[in-house]
Order: sequence, then C-alpha cells, then structure tokens
Amino acid sequence: MTILANILVVFFIAAGLLFTVVAAIGIIRLPDLYSRSHAASKSSTLGVMCILLGVFFHFWLNEGHFNPAILLGVLFLFITGPVGAHIMGRSSYIAGVKPWSGTIRDDLKNELERMKKEQNIK
Amino acid sequence: MKVNNVILQFTAKIVFFIIFFFAVNIFFAGHYTPGGGFVGGLVTASAIVLLIIAFDLNTVQKLLPINYIFVVAVGLILSLGTASFSMFVGQPFFTHFFDYFYLPLFGKTSLHTAALFDLGVYLVVVGVTMTIIQTIGEDE
Repeated sequence: MTILANILVVFFIAAGLLFTVVAAIGIIRLPDLYSRSHAASKSSTLGVMCILLGVFFHFWLNEGHFNPAILLGVLFLFITGPVGAHIMGRSSYIAGVKPWSGTIRDDLKNELERMKKEQNIK
Repeated sequence: MKVNNVILQFTAKIVFFIIFFFAVNIFFAGHYTPGGGFVGGLVTASAIVLLIIAFDLNTVQKLLPINYIFVVAVGLILSLGTASFSMFVGQPFFTHFFDYFYLPLFGKTSLHTAALFDLGVYLVVVGVTMTIIQTIGEDE
C-alpha cells in the first residue's frame, strides 16, 4: 500500500516538474509574447496542479491527513491561471504588441477596429 | 477604449466567493492552525479588490454599501471592549475567558473571547485596507 501510494506521489510530482520545465523552456525559446503566454499559462498551470495533487496524495495516503485546502488550491489555479493569461494577452494586444512575423491570421484586429469605429476613437 | 471583458467579470463573480469563504476559514482556524484575524482580513480585502478590478469602483460601492471608516471604528470598539470586559468582573485588563459548550449543530465547541478580539482585528484590517485602496483609486 505504501509502495503504491509512493508510486502515485512520485508520478504526479515528476509529471508536474516535467511540465513546469517545459513551460520555462517555452518561455525562453518561443518567438513572441502570445506564443510565450500560451506556453507559460497552459503548461505551468497543469504542472503546478500535478505537483499539488502529488502533495495532496502524499499527505492523504502516507500521513493520513485529508487536506481539502490543497484541492481548493487546485480548483482555484484551474480557474484563474488561464483567465490571467487571457487578460495579459488581450491587454498587451490592445497596448500594441505586434505578433510574430509568421502569423497569418488575426481575428481580433478587425473586431478592435469595429469597436473603435463604434466608439468614435481616432 | 471600452472593451468587452465578460470573461474577467464572470470569473471574478465566482472566484470572489471562493476567496471570501477561504478567508472565513482562515479566520476561524487561527487558534489551532496558521491564520487568524490579520490574514483573514487581508484576504477578504483582496477579494473585494478583485471585484473592484473586474467591475469599477462605483458598481462595487453600490453592491457593498459600506463606509469602511465605520468598519474600522466598530473593530476598534470590539477589540477594546473585549479587552476591558475582564476589568468589570475584577480581573486584570486583557484577561480572556473560555469554556466548552454543547451547541445543537456543532457538538462540543470551545468558545473563547480571543475570537471576539480577533474579529475586531479582522474588521480593522478590512476597513483600513479598503479605505486606503478606495481613497487612492477615487481621485482622477
């Protein structure tokens, strides 16, 4: 039983560590802000959620202490991480950060021009 | 430019309740585990600040019509009253009392007057933080 629990804990923490390292490499290597925020938000959210689940299983199965605050943290991170990335990407688009030169499709541009025309800006 | 940020507003509506109930949990957990009035007050204030960020200041003031200066005053009165209550029964200042009660829903519960003092700290922290943030955010 302890061996199975330890295997579960090690699996979750190792997977979380792998995803977090991939997120860090993506932030260094990707060309522009939007693909970097893609790497940072998705991969690190999943990574931190895996690490928290590993900690939760360790305390539950090995120490016998069921800690619902960790599950609440997982839920909270799952809700707020992508929304934070969304807000940062959107505000930097409106502030004028240009996408990578190889981008071939930009749906938000037309929408923003329509909004500016409706509100009589510029 | 006015943009349509429905994702932020919808998320803030849900997350506000998670943060607020977590703050209540921290507040009541303060006697036996890490937490207490100060941290609970700060977390509550940050939940209200999240609402202010997602909506705007006037909407939130209409939603929670509270003058936070009175919240500070009530908190100070509560703390001072709890601390000086023991003087009226012949004990030194700041003597606390506790006992075990059998409440109908909770079972055996230990009630302590330090929780009332902590509630005062909680109200003062919420009031001071929100007063500072509203005063800075208000001027144009």
